[in-house]
Amino acid sequence: MSILVNKDTKLVVQGITGREGQFHTEQMIAYGTPVVAGVTPGKGGIEVEIAGQNVPVFNTVREAVAETEANTSIIFVPARFAVDAIYEAADAGLKLIVCLTEYIPVLDMIEVRAYLDNKGARLIGPNCPGLLTPGEAKVGIIPGSIAMPGPVGVVSKSGTLTYEVIDALTRLGIGQSSCVGVGGDPINGTDFIDVLTMFEADPQTEHIVMIGEIGGNAEEKAAAFIKEHVTKPVTSFIAGRTAPPGRRMGHAGAIVEGKSGTAEGKIAALRAAGIPVAENPDDIAKIVAERMGLV
Amino acid sequence: MNLHEYQAKRLFAEHGVPIPKGQVSNTPKGVREIARELGGRVVVKAQVHTGGRGKAGGVKLANDPDAAEKLAENILGMNIKGLTVRKVLIDQQATGGIAQEIYLAVLIDRAARKPMIMASPAGGVDIEQVAEETPEKIFTVHVDPALGVRSYQTTYLAHAMGFPKELWRDFHTIVVGLYECFKENDASLTEVNPLVVTGEGKLMALDGKMSIDDNALFRHARLAEMRDVDEEPASEREARLAGINFIKLDGNIGCMVNGAGLAMTTMDVVKLFGGEPANFLDIGGGARADQVATAIKLILSDPNVKAVLINIFGGITRGDEVARGILAALEQVQTDVPMVVRLAGTNAQEGLEILQGADMITAVTLSDAAQKAVAAAKGAK
Ligand SMILES: Nc1ncnc2c1ncn2[C@@H]1O[C@H](COP(=O)(O)OP(=O)(O)OP(=O)(O)O)[C@@H](O)[C@H]1O
Ligand SMILES: [Mg+2]
Repeated sequence: MSILVNKDTKLVVQGITGREGQFHTEQMIAYGTPVVAGVTPGKGGIEVEIAGQNVPVFNTVREAVAETEANTSIIFVPARFAVDAIYEAADAGLKLIVCLTEYIPVLDMIEVRAYLDNKGARLIGPNCPGLLTPGEAKVGIIPGSIAMPGPVGVVSKSGTLTYEVIDALTRLGIGQSSCVGVGGDPINGTDFIDVLTMFEADPQTEHIVMIGEIGGNAEEKAAAFIKEHVTKPVTSFIAGRTAPPGRRMGHAGAIVEGKSGTAEGKIAALRAAGIPVAENPDDIAKIVAERMGLV
Repeated sequence: MNLHEYQAKRLFAEHGVPIPKGQVSNTPKGVREIARELGGRVVVKAQVHTGGRGKAGGVKLANDPDAAEKLAENILGMNIKGLTVRKVLIDQQATGGIAQEIYLAVLIDRAARKPMIMASPAGGVDIEQVAEETPEKIFTVHVDPALGVRSYQTTYLAHAMGFPKELWRDFHTIVVGLYECFKENDASLTEVNPLVVTGEGKLMALDGKMSIDDNALFRHARLAEMRDVDEEPASEREARLAGINFIKLDGNIGCMVNGAGLAMTTMDVVKLFGGEPANFLDIGGGARADQVATAIKLILSDPNVKAVLINIFGGITRGDEVARGILAALEQVQTDVPMVVRLAGTNAQEGLEILQGADMITAVTLSDAAQKAVAAAKGAK
């Protein structure tokens, strides 16, 4: 088992003929992800050969779904067009949409999220590295080479910091059930609590690693949720302890708003809920190994 | 992106929010002339991107053009929280004085995923302090974007502000205007502190702050032009134009990292091992060699930097591309600042091979890299 994506995923890539879309589709297919269709408005009807596979391209997601029974979408579309791409995927009936695009305006995301909730569709992201279920499917850009199948569920707001942690786990021989990048934007489609709920229900997952960062209160809410509803052990890390207040550290979400949203507040909330928080990301994997009784 | 008070208030006014008559000037003579045109009784206000201008002496009342000119001589050039005052706004004083001051703002409540209107009868003062000491004096309502601001919501707020019934209609218009201004301009904040009841019993926005969502600037050409480049450190401006996220800090270890989360973490780990980061720098995903070169040059242009820490975990970013960028930068700038490089992930090995000839300290883990950078910075002192 795993969460969100697996061997039964049938992926449609929105923006498949773009530079990013093409490059990462190649990586996803090479990893063994079932990519069934691509969408690029104006290029419908052609087939593109990617990583030795012919992928049919459609003008719209609706056609792609009708022809190929795609059940999941990944969006590699620039910010100006990404919002429309998300609406299109949801409107075509897809229930899982992964959007990697960075720099989507916040007010757009407020409306997108309300629309998706209404449709019963789940968005992962935006501004995230996507999903990886080691050995089964890669729907995003997390390097497949650093992961291996196993019992640890990883959920994170960050991109490269997540790779760092996955890599360290793998080096200690600890595999992952699924890795989920929820993204660092102020308003996103899926938050920690959603993913924690899925990991709690997933029989393969025995331990959860949650990587947060400054800004917002998703970590504080997750801490309270874990205390009440998660029976599996959770190990955590919070990035941005030394970030100066009031400055925007790249992720639009990572703004320290006055006193709320600080690393100290988050760490305190997590520790109060009995969740170990690593001081140094290099220690996360070691803590997990210890808690799993592997050392 | 932050706007100046005068820019924010003009945008508010476009949405029906009453503001005092006023104009901007950058010379005392100009201030005198404007004060004369406005009838003499004015307030001279420093225009810098920070709060607390009043407390710092950057907001002063004048009762005639002579006094306004004198005040301007003092305020122009003044340093407020590290920012030099280059312009002042000259506003007409509220007629009949001020009977009441309230706080009013529109912002985004991340947790509720909705815009939120926040108001407080304790206006004119630091709202963070109010929130901390007397949270019961802060009143909020959420706005459903599909519905907009409803009149029952402004009635609730008007009542909480202690406004008499005669002001409720005008208050409604102002709240709706501030919200529309927020929405139409993709703001992350529109704030009026204080919104006053004048001695004549009229509502008026005396102060204004507005921040725009940078991600939405592409669809607001007019707002993009309002950017005041003087308010942005030259190095941050250069970074922005090169598509790099860069924030200058006070330490002596320059950091170059891919990804915002990892960049913050790298700073944290530097600090954990007793160092002080000189900057936050995220080269973003899939950075090209030329962006890397710009990043390195930016870091080295800070004279405080005594060591550089390069931490790249390749995903879409490739180690060889980063290595080429580092070499390109080193061809353009001579430096004896020690550099610690840690490459992992995609094409890390290729990158390290490219860097073999260069004089670099290499590291395997982030902790290792941070410790080496801290040691190098100390050695160079
Ligand atoms: N046009 C005006 N007429 C009369 N009084 C004014 C006027 N403008 C400002 N004031 C007074 O000066 C005070 C401070 O002005 P303002 O709110 O613009 O600056 P500030 O809040 O101190 O600055 P910052 O926003 O940087 O903290 C107001 O609370 C108000 O009492
Ligand atoms: Mg004020």
